[in-house]
Amino acid sequence: MNRMTLDIWVGVFVAIGLCALLFLALKVGNLASTNTGETYVLKANFDNIGGLKVRAPVKSAGVVVGRVGDIRLDAERFEAVVTMNISSQFKFPRDTFAKIRTSGLLGEQYIGLAVGGDEQVFKPGESVKKTESAMVLEDLVGQFLFDKAAEGKDKK
Amino acid sequence: MLDRATSALRGLGNRVTSRIWRLGFASRFFLAILLYSGTSFRRFFLTIREIYFTGVLSLIIILVSGLFVGMVLGLQGYDTLQRYGSSEALGILVALSLVRELGPVVSALLFASRAGSAITAEIGLMKATEQLSAMEMMAVNPIARVVAPRFWAGVISMPLLAALFSAMGIFGGYLVGVVLIGVDEGSFWSQMQASVDFREDIVNGVIKSVVFGILVSWIAVFEGYDSEPTAEGVSGATTRTVVTSSLVILAADFILTAFMFRGA
Repeated sequence: MNRMTLDIWVGVFVAIGLCALLFLALKVGNLASTNTGETYVLKANFDNIGGLKVRAPVKSAGVVVGRVGDIRLDAERFEAVVTMNISSQFKFPRDTFAKIRTSGLLGEQYIGLAVGGDEQVFKPGESVKKTESAMVLEDLVGQFLFDKAAEGKDKK
Repeated sequence: MLDRATSALRGLGNRVTSRIWRLGFASRFFLAILLYSGTSFRRFFLTIREIYFTGVLSLIIILVSGLFVGMVLGLQGYDTLQRYGSSEALGILVALSLVRELGPVVSALLFASRAGSAITAEIGLMKATEQLSAMEMMAVNPIARVVAPRFWAGVISMPLLAALFSAMGIFGGYLVGVVLIGVDEGSFWSQMQASVDFREDIVNGVIKSVVFGILVSWIAVFEGYDSEPTAEGVSGATTRTVVTSSLVILAADFILTAFMFRGA
């Protein structure tokens, strides 16, 4: 086989290999929309974060506005301190509510930001004051059973 | 009785020391390849020729097996997921298992048996027919001229083949899941895109396949170079290439996975 045909075949091979990588990056991994643009940091304390993980999405009205950057335990107050990296184009009022939600019944957990009506917005590095912890399924079931038992007693 | 015991012990010791000796020789050989690989980049045509033999000619087997692996994943994954009413997660299952594990590992296994064995047999036969010695006589370094281009061709081809395998597998999963079974196309792709991370999953998969490429090519050229210059020796070396590289790929995959996905 002469040199030209060899070059062409190897060129085709490398080209479709790179195309496959590009396909994986754009179509499968969705690199295009995970813009690593400018972000600022917000913090929030939770009593219980449930199964929240680092890199979990932060959503407002269902739209992803940032990601969880770091989760630590405050050793004095025994609360979880969650650091969120929020995209700089979004400013949230100071009375915004941060809740840990679950997508679907068994889905991954994320932080939902319920926006308030305050005029002033959060500055980078501030803490969200109003938070709501994760719902723990076992507690809910326990609560339900307890209520049922109490109801049964009242009727007698 | 005592004689037998000592000879058994002696045989065991001999095998251990010869293994260690070979490992040391292989490491020295690896350094020699790196040292003499200037030629394979300066005269890049040598490497291109080898990429043709290792990469281009492996395309068919990689593409076809990738397609079928993806289709099987689609069927099996759907069967299990629909029990929990989450058949839309099929895209995640297919993409993550291919990009993280099956793509790099299976394509490396195929690469070892398709291209690695050929490299070993070629170099082994060159040694048996004294072509390597003839090169040395003409003051051509056989490591620079014969071994290094084959090594680098393997290292370059492997990640491309693994990416093709993964892409083809995802296409196969799409064919079975969406076209054949009828999972919703939108959620198939969007759930996949939401949970496959570029840095965590795709880049780690590529790193894995580069490591496997280095290991397989290294084992293949070493076994060829180290083979006994007889017909039997070459056949034994070819077998050893396939067996050793398969085991090394699986072991290295465990180590790399333990480093990459510790479940943070």
